[in-house]
Amino acid sequence: MSNVPADLRYTKDHEWIRVAADGTATIGITDHAQAALGDVTFIDLPKTGKTFATGAVFGAVESVKAASDLYSPVACEILEANGALNDTPDLVNREPYGGAWMIKVKVTNPAELAGLLDAAGYAATL
Amino acid sequence: MSETPARTPLHALHVELGARLVPFAGWEMPVQYTGIIEEHQAVRKAAGLFDVSHMGEARVRGRDAAAFLDRIMTNDMASIRPGMARYTVMCQPDGGCVDDLIVYRFSETEFLICLNASNAAKDIAWMRSLIGPFKVEVLDECAAWAQLALQGPLAERILGLATSLPLGTIKRFGFAVGEVAGASGCVVSRTGYTGSAGFEIYLPAASATQVARTLLELGKPHGLVPAGLGARDSLRLEANYPLYGHEISERISPIQAGLGWTVKFGKDEFVGREALRRQAEGGPASSVILFSLDDRRIARPGAPVYVGDILVGEVLSGTHSPTLNKPIGTALIAAGFAGSGELTVDIRGNRLPLRIAVEPFVK
Repeated sequence: MSNVPADLRYTKDHEWIRVAADGTATIGITDHAQAALGDVTFIDLPKTGKTFATGAVFGAVESVKAASDLYSPVACEILEANGALNDTPDLVNREPYGGAWMIKVKVTNPAELAGLLDAAGYAATL
Repeated sequence: MSETPARTPLHALHVELGARLVPFAGWEMPVQYTGIIEEHQAVRKAAGLFDVSHMGEARVRGRDAAAFLDRIMTNDMASIRPGMARYTVMCQPDGGCVDDLIVYRFSETEFLICLNASNAAKDIAWMRSLIGPFKVEVLDECAAWAQLALQGPLAERILGLATSLPLGTIKRFGFAVGEVAGASGCVVSRTGYTGSAGFEIYLPAASATQVARTLLELGKPHGLVPAGLGARDSLRLEANYPLYGHEISERISPIQAGLGWTVKFGKDEFVGREALRRQAEGGPASSVILFSLDDRRIARPGAPVYVGDILVGEVLSGTHSPTLNKPIGTALIAAGFAGSGELTVDIRGNRLPLRIAVEPFVK
């Protein structure tokens, strides 16, 4: 079974989101997603300052098997993309909730966060 | 395909080995066990064992078997010596490919043909429709055979632990019939679809699990791993071997696919000859190229290829090459542009230059 940490929020598209007290959030893909993709070879991430609407494609993950779009869980502005993934994309397979975070963002409308799945809700979709 | 996928005789073993099973060509097949890249590297450095039992088999026999095959295949069939095999294409009258196949000759009058899984039923019906006056019969033996591919530089050493067949005397595209891991009636050929050394083993379906288990056990100390269709695809693409439905198809002829060496215009009339001759002499409307990208993004099938703003083709296959650590692929490019140094592929809005390869990435 895949790992679904209790302290994160999730989307049905297999992104996780970790919300900080200052209104910023960190976003990545779940253990289930990395396992389904297989060996990850590249992650296309956006530049700092770009803004995305809820559900918009903010990037893509390439594995040997397929390319999968990444969807913004909430409306947000990019504060930072994880540069480490350029050189070590396979971090996504090894540390999906840790070293392989993908973007840090400013959440445009914090009220949106309440609409995300909690761990039990996400686990129920798997 | 809407029906329930078929299962090979090794299905239970795949589940036990933790394979990820996916539908492929009407079959439920292992795409990977531990990881595509790891399995790929194992085949290049040691050995991998693939279940390719989804492939079909047809026996063609009778007084006119060789003449019949020469009529329906592009390559020369009559000159195959018993105990040898040959790669060929079977074409439509318009030159499009019905399938690409390997033909094994057992005797003057008896051949076994390996068919692609997705085409097996079509191929057998096609062959039977062309029998006409030939004294020959086409037998469907798809259910009778399982197939294993043991591929990699250590394949011969590992297979030698499981059989007393004189493997060293089997030439490339040669084969021998005998016992492997206690199963009699196995056909062992020095062929493969990976670009590494190795063998393909045709074996009675009922013996498949026993043989696969024995090979995995004997090979484990030498680095043998079970390998799935994911690695099979990246291995074959590095070696520039065509995959039916991608580099060759009913709309892509062997001349377009760079398989002109399999088309023997010097032999008597064969299906597709006129159309193929016109393409060979006048140049086909489009042709297949092999490429790599100096990038990390993979160009997937269907990705459009441009010269400047002119759409000149599309990607047919694309994957990550573990050997090059780069994306590689094939594309169908319109005549006049296939040698262009200015080809670019569009991947999610990024225009990336295609670097044309003049040779396979592994040989």
